[in-house]
Amino acid sequence: MAAKPKLYYFPGRGRMESIRWLLAAAGVEFEEELFETREQYEKVQKDGRLLFGQVPLVEIDGMALTQTRAILSYLAAKYDFYGKDLKERVRIDMYTDGTLDLMFPIMASPFQPPKEKEEGLASAVKKAKTRYFPVYEKILKNHGEDFLVGNKFSWADIQLLEAILMVEEMNASVLSDFPLLKAFKARISSIPTIKKFLQPGSQRKQPPDSHYVELVKNILQI
Amino acid sequence: MFQQVPMVEIDGMKLVQTRAILNYIASKYNLYGKDVKERALIDMYIEGMTDLNEMILLLPLTPPDQKDAKVALIKERTTNRYFPAFEKVLKSHGQDYLVGNRLSRADIQLVELLYEVEEVDPSLIANFPLLKALKTRISNLPAVKKFLQPGSQRKPPIDAKKLEEAKKIFKF
Repeated sequence: MAAKPKLYYFPGRGRMESIRWLLAAAGVEFEEELFETREQYEKVQKDGRLLFGQVPLVEIDGMALTQTRAILSYLAAKYDFYGKDLKERVRIDMYTDGTLDLMFPIMASPFQPPKEKEEGLASAVKKAKTRYFPVYEKILKNHGEDFLVGNKFSWADIQLLEAILMVEEMNASVLSDFPLLKAFKARISSIPTIKKFLQPGSQRKQPPDSHYVELVKNILQI
Repeated sequence: MFQQVPMVEIDGMKLVQTRAILNYIASKYNLYGKDVKERALIDMYIEGMTDLNEMILLLPLTPPDQKDAKVALIKERTTNRYFPAFEKVLKSHGQDYLVGNRLSRADIQLVELLYEVEEVDPSLIANFPLLKALKTRISNLPAVKKFLQPGSQRKPPIDAKKLEEAKKIFKF
């Protein structure tokens, strides 16, 4: 029997969360090593498994994979969340790149000084409303299907849900002008594996608090 | 789509998002490895390259008082993080290409990066013999050689005038 994938990261969302979403959506059980101390982190660095000295790290199928997008693409292909052909895959790539562009500044903001943090979060909410969500609303409107690509549940849907929930944590009414996204959110949230992930007790991580920020800063010495 | 360029019209589609475009072209022209595992390695390598490339790309936009620090950081990361990683990959298998003993987008993007780093500081590659050899080898591939010659569609580094124009058009 194949070993479970093992995730190495800090005890929070960061860049590993999208990976957790994908594995959870696929119904795949995974193990985690969560760094609470600098020693734990340094040990993994010294082991030589971090190609560029950075996490996320996922051990899967005999590989030590780093670089968030490389890991996500591999998992999407492995669990059949990557469309049926190249043309569907490029659409999934475009849409997921868009949602990652939206989410990454939000993930980075807790580590910035207060003023930059405020501005960063406000900018992210604005971009969600004016640049990103209108695009996904239009895509759903144009084809009238339940999922973003190929009438089938894909990585693009998983990540859009993650992005919607992330922005809603900052601005609960952000979907008020996007009826199709509201329906999409309800629909995807009720897929059994996703529903399970959204419940307490899953491996989904909490939004970053000051304790988490301090922990990461200590470990990375930044 | 997201009010940004690059945009590439290809095979009846309007593609945006640099990575999506690159992934599509690499797959279409067989430069993406032979299976998912090779693809994962290629992706891991090129994501690292993209991180360094982005630092260099954004250098012209750095305020003058921060520029020295940024250049120092680029040099440090190149020398201590990125070049050693790729040199180690090449050393580990002793092959002519980064992945699968075959030309892939990883080799092309690495050589592109090596040329960009050279423009920042030509001495940075000095202690990386396998990277030097890869640069020469890939540069001699006929299609690459042609692209490196004057008259090709390769673009020069951005100059102050073009940067001003871009700032006006894109309002930043």
